Amino acid sequence: MEQGLEIRWHGRGGQGAKTAALLLADVAFKTGANVQGFPEYGPERMGAPITAYNRICRDRIRVHSNIYTPDLVVVVDETLLHSVDVTAGLKEDGAVIINTPKKPEEITGLLNGYKGKVYTVDAKRISIDTLGKNFPNSPMLAAAVAVSGVMDREAFINEMRSSYEHKFAKKPEVIEGNMKALNMTFEELEPFLDKASA
Amino acid sequence: MPKKDRMSGNEAVAYAIKQVNPDVMPAFPITPSTEIPQLVSTYIANGQMDTEFIPVESEHSSMSATIGAEAAGARSLTATSSCGLALMWEELLLAASNRMPCVLALVNRTLSGPININCDHSDSMGARDTGWIQIYAEDNQEAYDNFIQAYPIAEDKNVHLPVMICQDGFITSHAVQNIELLDDDTVKDFVGTYEPEEFLLNPGKPVAVGPYSVSNYAMEAKKNQELAMENSKEVILRVAGEFERVSGRSYGFFEEYRTGDADYIMLIMGSAAGTAKQACDDLRDKGMKVGVLKLRVFRPFPAKEIAKALSGCKCVAIMDRCECYNGNGGPLSMEVCAALFKYNAGIKAVSYMYGLAGRDFTVEHVYDIFDEIDAAIKNGKEIEQYQYIGLRK
Repeated sequence: MEQGLEIRWHGRGGQGAKTAALLLADVAFKTGANVQGFPEYGPERMGAPITAYNRICRDRIRVHSNIYTPDLVVVVDETLLHSVDVTAGLKEDGAVIINTPKKPEEITGLLNGYKGKVYTVDAKRISIDTLGKNFPNSPMLAAAVAVSGVMDREAFINEMRSSYEHKFAKKPEVIEGNMKALNMTFEELEPFLDKASA
Repeated sequence: MPKKDRMSGNEAVAYAIKQVNPDVMPAFPITPSTEIPQLVSTYIANGQMDTEFIPVESEHSSMSATIGAEAAGARSLTATSSCGLALMWEELLLAASNRMPCVLALVNRTLSGPININCDHSDSMGARDTGWIQIYAEDNQEAYDNFIQAYPIAEDKNVHLPVMICQDGFITSHAVQNIELLDDDTVKDFVGTYEPEEFLLNPGKPVAVGPYSVSNYAMEAKKNQELAMENSKEVILRVAGEFERVSGRSYGFFEEYRTGDADYIMLIMGSAAGTAKQACDDLRDKGMKVGVLKLRVFRPFPAKEIAKALSGCKCVAIMDRCECYNGNGGPLSMEVCAALFKYNAGIKAVSYMYGLAGRDFTVEHVYDIFDEIDAAIKNGKEIEQYQYIGLRK
């Protein structure tokens, strides 16, 4: 590498954090990048804290360890803030994205003094509004792309449409809802993004 | 035309199996290799390959059925991990001693206990003396490439031995990464059609498979099996050369990464070799002359070649991802040290234990090991042998 992007996902078993990491690897691959997407497995069960990782970079990725100093952390479940040190090792010039209805300033107290950027996304509301159910991983994936700037919105949306059309070939009725969730996340986050760094 | 794609290690091996399209695959699921038979049976259900898939009731049965199919003249394989391989123990020896050129896609996982699903090499290292050829992969690409080379090695007339294609559980089996895939016809041509010389379902030329052998003859059978393992060295290199011509990717018994002028070399297998190569580049940038020898072929053990490759350095760090409880060091360190002595390499060697039951191995661990060796060599001090890396204090 080593000017690549390293992302760490925190979620709970069953919420789709691993799937989101694999989808991010998938869309980043289509931009011509070298990618890695992998989960960290423990005794898997619904609701247990899980971690997943992405490396995205120009050269082939040879490192096969977990990520300890990520550029970006994505927290798919707000309740993890009470039990997991999600910002451990997170670079000060990086960012953390948290799934919560709260504003960033309402939640920084739970981030162990992290001084970098904090973004919040109400993924539950977006998901329920667009899909009728709480599947937070699509909004959080869109947020990870928006904040990291790994690819532009249009390219991401196009890639995700074809990805969903493949994935949900037998459930086409959920495709539009997922696309709406992605777009709504971008629209809600864009006013807060630092264009200079994107 | 080769195709650029992204896949996990399990997906890559399943894809290679689809392209090879062997005759018979008996299998029983076990984490983390379950996806391989799952994906293969999906390919079969979708009509993308016509392998006969046999769901069996245990790994004892999957290896027995693999041997049975292979003895009947069918190109056969199975996949497993960990305790699954342990349950195959008796059959592994039968596959090799009956000279069955079948293939096993192994996804390395620790053996109990404590019970754990993550990677180390204790399963395949436990089977190191069963007579199987063992080839290890650093990533999804190598797992794919090694699988395609497996049958041409196994089925060679001078070899006729089973081949185990190993990759690290979860670390590569479940990590999606870029990969370059050969097209179906290239793989088909490379692997060729299986034409066994002798097989059970051949009424024109009856053979016995697995009969009792009296002491007057059994030792000769064992020597012949040993000779086949020796013969496989030449075949492994020839097949690698042919593979390079179709893929552009070069393989040997091991990869020598920046070892030419290295003072210190880390000898390591599997996914951790990639991490070690990255750390090696970082240390080279700081002026430290270090290199990595990534062992790909553990059986046959290329003792003389390893001793020669290491003979120019001052000290080698030998990295074991398997505890064998002999009170003296891991299996890789034992065999490498014996090779260094036998071929008068005249260098220092330090054995380390890392990554047991999935304990993470990082570039920082590699920096620390090389720093420790450098300080000791410069100060003329002995280095503590048989250290555990990343152990909780």
